[in-house]
Amino acid sequence: MTALRRVTPQLLTLAALVALITLFFPDFLRIEVINGRLVGTTMDILKRGAPIGLLAVGMTLVIATRGIDLSVGTTMAITGAIAAWSITQGYGLGGALALALLAGVAAGLWNGLLVAIFGIQPIVATLILMTSGRGIAQLVTEGRILTFSHDGMAFFGSGDLMGIPAPALLWLLTAAGVALLMRRSALGMLIEAVGVNRAASALAGVNATVLLIAVYVASGLCAALAGIVATADIRGADANNAGLWLELDAILAVVIGGNSLMGGRFSIAASLLGALIIQTIDTGILLAGFPSEYNLVIKAGLVLIILVLQSPNLSQHWYSLRRAAQRRREIAVASMKETGQ
Amino acid sequence: MNPRLFPLAATIGIFLLACLICVIQFPYMLSTRVVGNLLTDNAYLGIVAVGMTVVILSGGIDLSVGSVIAFSGVFIAVMLRDTGLHPIIVFALLLVVSTSFGAVMGWLIHALAMPPFIVTLAGMFLARGAAYMLTIDSVPINHVFYDLLDDAYLLMPGKGRLTLIGVVMLLTVAVGMIVTHRTRFGASVFALGGGEAAARLMGVKVGRTTVLIYAFSGLMAGLSGIVFSVYTSSGYPLATVGTELNAIAAVVIGGTLLTGGAGFVFGTLIGVLTMGLIQTYIVFDGSLSSWWTKIIIGLLLLAFILLQKGLLRLTVSKAGA
Repeated sequence: MTALRRVTPQLLTLAALVALITLFFPDFLRIEVINGRLVGTTMDILKRGAPIGLLAVGMTLVIATRGIDLSVGTTMAITGAIAAWSITQGYGLGGALALALLAGVAAGLWNGLLVAIFGIQPIVATLILMTSGRGIAQLVTEGRILTFSHDGMAFFGSGDLMGIPAPALLWLLTAAGVALLMRRSALGMLIEAVGVNRAASALAGVNATVLLIAVYVASGLCAALAGIVATADIRGADANNAGLWLELDAILAVVIGGNSLMGGRFSIAASLLGALIIQTIDTGILLAGFPSEYNLVIKAGLVLIILVLQSPNLSQHWYSLRRAAQRRREIAVASMKETGQ
Repeated sequence: MNPRLFPLAATIGIFLLACLICVIQFPYMLSTRVVGNLLTDNAYLGIVAVGMTVVILSGGIDLSVGSVIAFSGVFIAVMLRDTGLHPIIVFALLLVVSTSFGAVMGWLIHALAMPPFIVTLAGMFLARGAAYMLTIDSVPINHVFYDLLDDAYLLMPGKGRLTLIGVVMLLTVAVGMIVTHRTRFGASVFALGGGEAAARLMGVKVGRTTVLIYAFSGLMAGLSGIVFSVYTSSGYPLATVGTELNAIAAVVIGGTLLTGGAGFVFGTLIGVLTMGLIQTYIVFDGSLSSWWTKIIIGLLLLAFILLQKGLLRLTVSKAGA
């Protein structure tokens, strides 16, 4: 019940968005079965939202520890490039997936070591990989767009299982798995403890260093999955454009999900709703025939509104305003009583 | 020697070493032509990095500058195309817009008590979106005044050209040095970077300073946009993606502490030139691909951050002993 109340604002926002779009485009919610697969705009949102959704899962964990991972977009480019490269080198599907996931783990390990062992602020530590990582990705693809034709790999981008697009299935399963792991074990609480106060949680016996590294590795793994989806989708690896700007979308999804950038309490479900809200706005704008340029301005407005709502200062202002109004009312009532007598 | 000078000394040392390596391998690099091009090609980055230095000195970060540069270019190009205004008036308008844009972000950061990171992220979206809304195409600038600006250069001995935009960059760095190291505002910035609570107790007007810091960064981004539009003679909304990261990298390589409170504007100039030098070396070499630039800059960034960490630990242990 409390979990439901936690995500109510996000659910309402999403419902309002969907209602607004359906008002103008009645076909929005229609889902047809064509050739044994579900087809419709909502399915498209679920499918296109896969990279943001996957990144948002990892980003939620990182932000819960009061960190941030700017390198996820670049990690997508690296892992996508490695996946495409190993397919063209003939390592097979298993080899390609394993190598790509391994690269994601390596990227996460690098970030985690810099943050947890060397004590560099997360923004800066992950900035290093963000700037240099695209160079590494280009090194793998040798500066070209590395294309491949492999049906097994393409499945992760355009395939479907029981009528549901594979990317949608992938991010839903990943999110459910991570959420269960966090909430069925003490892991989620320990991560929150590290986010609230690393020193205190370390003194209380939480192995904060290992947890921090693990969180960045998880984020790297999620980025690797997103990279595989992106590469499989276009059947090629584009080192320059794969995952470009996606780290910002992922952070935005987490923030829309009501997770504080100051760490602590987190909700993966809320982050995923945030990712869906972003993707729905993207699709809605395209449907409405607005040029996609409006996208960025609308996103900026959205961030601003959320910032105002989340602001610690403003809640204090509200509180003092209400108190002042209350006091004035009391005085007014008191003076009325006096004049009445 | 003052340990605060170590990062700056390291920056200058690495730059000189890089110069030496370049010259030994390619003796022709030691010409005024290369120097002139180095200044011209990195003029916009140098200017925006000065603004970024001030922001980082105060312990903040400004992710919006790359988008603001792109917006500036598009704004200028569209204004010149659609109105009969003289470029100088358009420049003035643009600087007012970009400065107030920065000021509003600074005000939001202070008033909402939100991390600068996320507020300037919104600013980044907004500026880029505004640029897209003006046009999605690359708009060429054809104006007599622009030809004049383009052709304005001083011929140095050895036929190197010291262009107008290169000079503007050097002047900006000089102004930035005076503003940060010699004025009351600069002292407030350093105090804020040392710690907001302490700064407030020292009598720094935190709100006013925060607004001014981001307004200054906006002004620099606008100026950088003007220089960039002169450099490319066009406005393109997709230009300068990721410039904010290059600017941050230049500031860090220049020896400014990312946590704020310590650093030098002059170091930033050296940081920009070091990054430019790496690019020039790759061009001279011819066989290396351009993506090595990114990897080497990443490694330099790492080296400097670790150096800063080490120095910090050194000073802390010294203070403890």
